Amino acid sequence: MFRVQNDPIDLNELVRYVTDAEAGAIATFIGTTRNNNEGRNVIALDYEAYPEMAEKELARIGAEAAQKWQIQRMAIVHRLGPVQIGEASVIIAVSSAHREAAFAASRFAIEEIKKTVPIWKKEVFEGGEVWIGTQTGQPLTQR
Amino acid sequence: MKVRVKFFAILRERAGTGEVMQELSEGATVNELWQALQKAFPKLNVPGIRMLYAVNQNYVGANDTLHDGDEVVFIPPVSGGCPR
Repeated sequence: MFRVQNDPIDLNELVRYVTDAEAGAIATFIGTTRNNNEGRNVIALDYEAYPEMAEKELARIGAEAAQKWQIQRMAIVHRLGPVQIGEASVIIAVSSAHREAAFAASRFAIEEIKKTVPIWKKEVFEGGEVWIGTQTGQPLTQR
Repeated sequence: MKVRVKFFAILRERAGTGEVMQELSEGATVNELWQALQKAFPKLNVPGIRMLYAVNQNYVGANDTLHDGDEVVFIPPVSGGCPR
């Protein structure tokens, strides 16, 4: 399950999806919206995607994780549109026979998402808004 | 030939549109398309911005050749967040 959506993400849906009789572990990661960034009071984050390619890249990350570790199933869902403070912007769930693979694959997935998946984040803060990443001129990692 | 360009995030706001069809000469590259777009939309020139390029939803290089009907997206830095 590799998806972007405007609705709130349901953790249980992802857990059900990766539940597998041969799995002895399910690891989940939830990325949430923080109320502060670089000294600014953040009101909300607004996510925008190139949706077809974002889902394709999420699936690519899943395929790569499956090559690196012995995982059973994986799900990644990223939220789009305005996300309020404390809500989940991304959830990853991975099942595996043994816990080490599930931990490693979920860690790998969140790091990769932040490098190659075309999803952008606008931070709405007290006194303004800014597209994150575009002010520093920091280069993306070209695969 | 004509290619379809989609703008997202900061580039969408700066272009004032999410999509544009751009006429190019045969054999034009991604970089040449970007130059043409900057003439058409001067605000697209964001100082210091580093981008990736996607053609038909795959990452490509700036010097790759475009073809009629391609869907091209210029990808400003993605959501990034903290490296920790």
